[in-house]
Amino acid sequence: MDTQQQLQQAFSDALGIPAASVTDDLTYNTIPEWDSTAHMILIAELENVFDVMLDTDDIIDMSSVAQAKLILQKYDVSFG
Amino acid sequence: MLKETANNMSYPEQLEALLGQAVYELPQAEKEQQLGSLLLALHRHHQLQCNEYSQLYPQPLKATENMAGLPYLAVRLFKLLDLKSVADDEVLKCLSSSGTTGQIPARIYLDAVTSRWQSKTLVKILQQFLGKQRLPMLIIDCQASHMSGAALNARSAGIQGLAMFGRNHTYALNADMSPNWAAIDAFCAQHQHEKVLIFGFTFMVWQYFVKALQQQGRSINLPQGHLFHSGGWKKLQSESVDNATFKQGVEASTGIQQVTNFYGMAEQVGTVFMECSHGYLHAPATADVIMRNCFDLSEQPTGEQGLIQVLSALPFSYPGFSLLTEDLGTVHGVDDCECGRKGKYFTVQGRLPKVELRGCSDTAAAAV
Repeated sequence: MDTQQQLQQAFSDALGIPAASVTDDLTYNTIPEWDSTAHMILIAELENVFDVMLDTDDIIDMSSVAQAKLILQKYDVSFG
Repeated sequence: MLKETANNMSYPEQLEALLGQAVYELPQAEKEQQLGSLLLALHRHHQLQCNEYSQLYPQPLKATENMAGLPYLAVRLFKLLDLKSVADDEVLKCLSSSGTTGQIPARIYLDAVTSRWQSKTLVKILQQFLGKQRLPMLIIDCQASHMSGAALNARSAGIQGLAMFGRNHTYALNADMSPNWAAIDAFCAQHQHEKVLIFGFTFMVWQYFVKALQQQGRSINLPQGHLFHSGGWKKLQSESVDNATFKQGVEASTGIQQVTNFYGMAEQVGTVFMECSHGYLHAPATADVIMRNCFDLSEQPTGEQGLIQVLSALPFSYPGFSLLTEDLGTVHGVDDCECGRKGKYFTVQGRLPKVELRGCSDTAAAAV
């Protein structure tokens, strides 16, 4: 799995949505599955999958899949 | 005097600008201008968007008013009326504040934007005390799946805010409020030599954690722990437990030396008032307090106890930016706390007598 697929899988597992629906423009609080509770599960999942430690600014800034990529890139995760 | 900003910034732009400021460095005179013009914009927004609010306050504000001249709603109005200032399909969630049997919970309607500002503001305030890092976290409560009714909503919302600063969240209590010794011991064994974050509602920390440890003759040791607690002292006052006793008890049983109380409420999530090292609660740049005389509701001078009015720049989806609480407090000074923070600093003395029990920890008390 490349990092893009890993990211989609992490979102899919944490939010309980199909991997195919994890697109860059998927945004926090616009689907019932991505609420504030699921957000913390998502953060933990991303930390596990990519072996990073996210800080509180990252949690607040991670408002979309596209933003998640930008934030993970700060931690040297690259998306082809 | 309150005036709208000269440069025609929209409310979100003004709020972003205020959030961009250092949390505790805005002198009161500047806060009157910056926060004041935001609150004026909110007043106008709610006049336009909330029928009940415009019926209560139909008149335009006089141009000479200061922040103390802004209208305020009695906090219990949110129990009696469904107050919202956005369309129904914009409501993301309804937060119901503490209420147990016989008590009516307040209903606070949040849209996506207000909810996001709440998280952002809370994080910004807490970062002043914790930095940006997230720490292993012990929560002095049971898991949300074991809570029911209004407790679920109010308590879990409070926990969720702080949980952003935690990782490997561990719940210290079982569903019946007894200590989960296995979980507590495992957490302490793993994190004894690290910085850790502990959060709970004041009464629950005392009753179900500190007293439980005392009664069983047990102690734990988290010397690098930092405990944050909130939710009301009313139940503890009846047991003559004040802030100093609380801190001593916590340290004796847990080794935790850093203990920070904060004052906040479900009706103004996000803008919390944190206790400093000198024991005073501080208003952040995005919020303020005014103490009002209990009989004529005039503004009390510094040093005089009064009913606490809370002002917050965040409530956009519901008209809760200026609320008269049922709590008694005293402003002790402005811009000159020894801790160095600017703005007003104050203490809370408790609840107005003959008011129903409310506050996250007090309703847990009433429920058992």
